[in-house]
Amino acid sequence: MTEIFGIPTQALAGQLLIGLINGAFYAMLSLGLAVIFGLLNIINFTHGAQYMMGAFAAWLLLSKLGIGYWWSLLIAPVALGAFGVLIERTMLSRLYKLDHLYGLLLTFGLALVLQGLFQNEYGSSGQPYRLPQEFAGAFDLGFMMLPRYRAWVVVASLIVCLTTWYVIERTKLGSYLRAATENPTVVQAFGVNVPRMITLTYGFGVGLAALAGVMAAPIYQVSPQMGANLIIVVFAVVVIGGMGSIGGAILTGFGLGVIEGLTKVFYPEASNTVIFVIMVIVLLIRPAGLFGKER
Amino acid sequence: MDAPDPATPGPAAPAAAAPAPGIALRAADPSLRTFRIATLAMAIALAAAPFAGIYPVFLMKALCFALFACAFNLLLGYVGLLSFGHAMFFGTAGYVSAHAAKVWGLPPELAILAGAAASTLLGAVTGALAIRRQGIYFAMITLAIAQMIFFFYLQAPFTGGEDGIQSVPRGRMFGVLDLANALTMYYVVLAIFLAGFLAVRRIIHSPFGHVLKAIRENEPRAISLGYDADQYKLIAFVLSAALSGVAGGTKAIVFQLASLTDVQWQMSGEVVLMTLLGGMGTVFGPVVGAFTIISLEHYLADRGQWVTVITGAIFVICVLAFRRGIVGELAEWWAKRRA
Repeated sequence: MTEIFGIPTQALAGQLLIGLINGAFYAMLSLGLAVIFGLLNIINFTHGAQYMMGAFAAWLLLSKLGIGYWWSLLIAPVALGAFGVLIERTMLSRLYKLDHLYGLLLTFGLALVLQGLFQNEYGSSGQPYRLPQEFAGAFDLGFMMLPRYRAWVVVASLIVCLTTWYVIERTKLGSYLRAATENPTVVQAFGVNVPRMITLTYGFGVGLAALAGVMAAPIYQVSPQMGANLIIVVFAVVVIGGMGSIGGAILTGFGLGVIEGLTKVFYPEASNTVIFVIMVIVLLIRPAGLFGKER
Repeated sequence: MDAPDPATPGPAAPAAAAPAPGIALRAADPSLRTFRIATLAMAIALAAAPFAGIYPVFLMKALCFALFACAFNLLLGYVGLLSFGHAMFFGTAGYVSAHAAKVWGLPPELAILAGAAASTLLGAVTGALAIRRQGIYFAMITLAIAQMIFFFYLQAPFTGGEDGIQSVPRGRMFGVLDLANALTMYYVVLAIFLAGFLAVRRIIHSPFGHVLKAIRENEPRAISLGYDADQYKLIAFVLSAALSGVAGGTKAIVFQLASLTDVQWQMSGEVVLMTLLGGMGTVFGPVVGAFTIISLEHYLADRGQWVTVITGAIFVICVLAFRRGIVGELAEWWAKRRA
């Protein structure tokens, strides 16, 4: 068996793949956080709970209604996006004139409520989600086996991230969005309905979290706590990347996932903490984050 | 509560004007006379509470959290910094105090001091890092650092992992007070709480405290007046960490246990909630908030996850409708009635 730095290639490639998968979720979630933060100036603490609800939606659709993976990919984000719109209209919209920290407190409370409700209903143990038939099996890459579903997750999340980046950075709609981030009053004066744009942006961000949840369902156990610990890591990812750029959020997400995977190979004890350690180092060198600007 | 004393240039009354610059709403600060009467009344009520049939262990738990919330409020209410990782100070002191009392055999007063010293040190390091960013970034950074500390304790051998440090001896305070006696323990905890509570009030009303409030209200202006804002923020952060450490160390001695519960992010959220519910930026608010939340948890203890749901719902209600908190709203109502 071939080795690199005394580590079998297969183990290394395996951990790299896991890192890439985790990175895909970090990227999608931090992207959603960045989009919401850009326009609403709110750090959406409920993001983890919304991701969890996306996974539960997929599981419920399959086990109760027999609706499969592909439809879930569409239904769960739309349904949760609508739920997000409801949250924005009834609660978040009352907070825009206040300090940003109230948004954090409110969404933290909401996350507790949602997580508690799901724990009451489904307990703390995870529910397995059956892998769709199409994804059974793996590609043989010669040096490792690549399970089809995992390959799909990496490719699909890349497509989702790049599409979002394209829409925001390269289309007319995106230009309105970026303009409203800079100066909502002026954009409103040009006849753009900014409040509706804010509402839809929040819905979109929540939908993105739900989409990540559906994609995570066959990989991780579907459990009420699946979002809570992930969201703290994603916060660190956001601090490292800085929320200035969409591309930065995507790059940081994938990059940190891979670094975390490599840490599991070379120094497993630190794999839980490596992202936080990187955050501390970045704060010391570039307080605004790798791609951020002070605001 | 009284209307603001003209002698104290503290925060002025109403916060109705829409965009508040800092998170803290300017709640009416009681005058020294009102404060003394209220504190005395609180001390007497607490001293008499065990004889009114209230379980001392419950009271001690509430007092530890009340001190923790007061320490947290020093930062949130008076400097406007929202730390989402304060459990790291509470929990660190718990582990160090428990370890000192059990393994090193230190008497309880030194064990608690050792715990507080550890939190102070941790506060100096994390504070220096976190104040490099402001607002929500500050909250996210403290949360992330606290999570890192959590994983460290989860893996470190001396913490006992999931089991925690159990059967910590309470020992004898100053060699004479036998803390195995529940009532003796209670009065020691009450004394520690009152000392901490008065220390917070003293800090807030010192010249140093007024600079903190100036930074909360308008940081660029405070800087232009020649105050090194970062220095002040860091000192406030360290003081808050130290007092949180006293609370955490005391709790470990009382319950003879230090565990992961006290370093988890949920605990950081809980202290935010206590302060928010009681009234941030008010001296008595955190105490009221802590007693309310601890009572709630006590009565809902056998209801499983409903505690989480209700805690979250209180958060939402507080933010949407009740931003001054219990004490803040009462003070406002009282000020209006007298006007």
